Amino acid sequence: MTHVANAPAVAATETASFGKEASTQALLEIRELTKRFSLSGDFLEQLRFKGGRLVRHQEHVHAINGVSLDIQRGEALCVVGESGCGKSTVARIVMGLLTPSSGEIRYDGKRIDHLTPRQLLPYRKRMQMIFQNPYASLNPRMTIQQTLEEPLRLHHPNWEREQVRDKVTEVMTSVGIDPDWGKRFGHEFSGGQRQRIAIARALAVDPEFIVADEPISALDVSIQAQVLNLLMDAQQQHHLTYLFITHDLAVVEHFGTRVAVMYLGTVCEVAPTATLFASPRHPYTQALMSAIPRLEDDRPQHIRLSGEVPTPVNLPSGCVFHARCPYANERCRREVPALIAQGDGTRVACHGVEEGRL
Amino acid sequence: MSLLEVSDLDVRFALRQGEVRALRNVSFSLDRGERLGIVGESGAGKSVAAFSLLNLIASPGFIAGGSIRFDGQELTGLSDRALRKVRGNRISMIFQDPMMTLNPVLSIGEQMIECLKAHRRISHREARAIALHKLQQVQIPSPETRLDQYPHELSGGMRQRIIIAIALLLDPDIIIADEPTTALDVTIQAEIMALLLELCEKHNVGLILITHDLGVVSQVTQRMLVMYAGRVIEQGPTREIINDPQHPYTQGLMNALPQMATPGERLNQIPGSMPSLSNLPSGCAFHPRCGFVNDANGQPRRACLEQVPDFVDSGNCRVACHMVAEMLEEEQRLAKEETS
Repeated sequence: MTHVANAPAVAATETASFGKEASTQALLEIRELTKRFSLSGDFLEQLRFKGGRLVRHQEHVHAINGVSLDIQRGEALCVVGESGCGKSTVARIVMGLLTPSSGEIRYDGKRIDHLTPRQLLPYRKRMQMIFQNPYASLNPRMTIQQTLEEPLRLHHPNWEREQVRDKVTEVMTSVGIDPDWGKRFGHEFSGGQRQRIAIARALAVDPEFIVADEPISALDVSIQAQVLNLLMDAQQQHHLTYLFITHDLAVVEHFGTRVAVMYLGTVCEVAPTATLFASPRHPYTQALMSAIPRLEDDRPQHIRLSGEVPTPVNLPSGCVFHARCPYANERCRREVPALIAQGDGTRVACHGVEEGRL
Repeated sequence: MSLLEVSDLDVRFALRQGEVRALRNVSFSLDRGERLGIVGESGAGKSVAAFSLLNLIASPGFIAGGSIRFDGQELTGLSDRALRKVRGNRISMIFQDPMMTLNPVLSIGEQMIECLKAHRRISHREARAIALHKLQQVQIPSPETRLDQYPHELSGGMRQRIIIAIALLLDPDIIIADEPTTALDVTIQAEIMALLLELCEKHNVGLILITHDLGVVSQVTQRMLVMYAGRVIEQGPTREIINDPQHPYTQGLMNALPQMATPGERLNQIPGSMPSLSNLPSGCAFHPRCGFVNDANGQPRRACLEQVPDFVDSGNCRVACHMVAEMLEEEQRLAKEETS
């Protein structure tokens, strides 16, 4: 009951902040996005006997619960959080790989979340995705040349063969892969090279917006630096906007313009990178930051969180973080906190911060 | 005399294309209660090094030479039967993926009791009491119920705690942990690492920690080895290596970390990638990627291209690098000139 009563208040603060940001025309706007995955199978599997009666029993994973984010042109918005917090789901919904349960995605001011694949085609050329595992994201039966030509043929059906070939050569050179290797297959390359090829494929159609879902987590340290440099060079050369999904805060600090911290399907803090790292406001952000193994100190001095992330099947009432939060009080257990703008450009969803006791 | 003494360990894999040398001349030692980190990228041989200590290398791999002395006993060439007295008992292992390590069809209690009974002659009830006590030590909530649960009912962090409890079950002298927290989230990783560190200190258990994460090594271990292409290239006290790495590869690895660069600037990447073990470059295996391969005249050092570098002592650290050796010689020469 309290949850329902509180919902309009959340929506009100959100729309208010959206009104402000809309004037600067964000490239991508995510509004009140929710996504549920059904756990209970089809209709017949949902039927249960209960007290002598046949009832329909449904269970859902609440992957995303009312996420609202804006991505400005030219920035790299990093979404961080632990596994299961819904960060990859956000990325997939933005790309149209999943349909949201409710909420809106606007790209360049136009709503794209309900479009048919055919209507989405012009947007697909403008937004591209890089996946986590370069071993799985390249088709093992296609040569690199074929892999890189495919998006060009799809989006530029009237291009001459020469034109396609030249473009492929150009993107391969730009990511540091020898164009003579085009006849090789994916398995002939190392992990770092494969990820370069995946980046080349994304860059082939000259997109303006790239969603990168953990693009470097599967790679070794020295290779991570190479790929991160490549992504930053591409951003400068092609004026790209990134939605960068990662769990690695060191990468975020280096790469991100702004950071959104997610926990259990909600955004708990959004802030410019430098501000977030200088003064994390949300208790979860503070715990997350303290958990990074630093090179400087000898001893782990992290904030110990009690327990583990609750299951997204039965969401906790009130603030999703309250069960692990050292500062939680009665209000936190009851009421869902809204993302409230702070003076320094940070937006925090925490009753403690709102009340000034944190 | 150290508790564990590994010298000139040589591990090979007999493949159809010929023999691949996965480890060459790996030597290190571990004192009682000491914590050692083994760092390197994938393919550097760090896991092979750990696995070979207990002869867990599966065919076609085999230990081709060198010695592993544990508490005065030579482990290489020991029969499986004799080795089983050491394995899991005095030296235990923690693997990367807790779901793969636990048997999915046995309850947690059964797995722990099985392990105890395999090594000690005790009753089921005693074994269960020990298991319960160990679960309490790894701070698992309601350990009594956990004993009768199955691995799939527990979260990743909880499973890794159980693995640690199993590793501690027989009060081992050494725990070998192969990337114990890589499959876990940051906050859970921090808790598991803190727990492991605390237990090792409390019970004076030695730890060999294999990881690619320099941050974890710097927080947990006292000494570290850096491996590259099957060889140890630098070893010494962790703090000294982290604060002042000598080998160009260690330096490169540290400088490539995002926290080492100004936000928004390019990272200092190491060019290229680790060579395949079946096709190692001549001389120092790192020379094609090394920024210091050229000498003062701008010419590539011949030694780097032709000769595998030997270890030189630089302070408390040992480094296998021709450039470092040259610099040390130069320093010694200058010092001698000054005194004369």
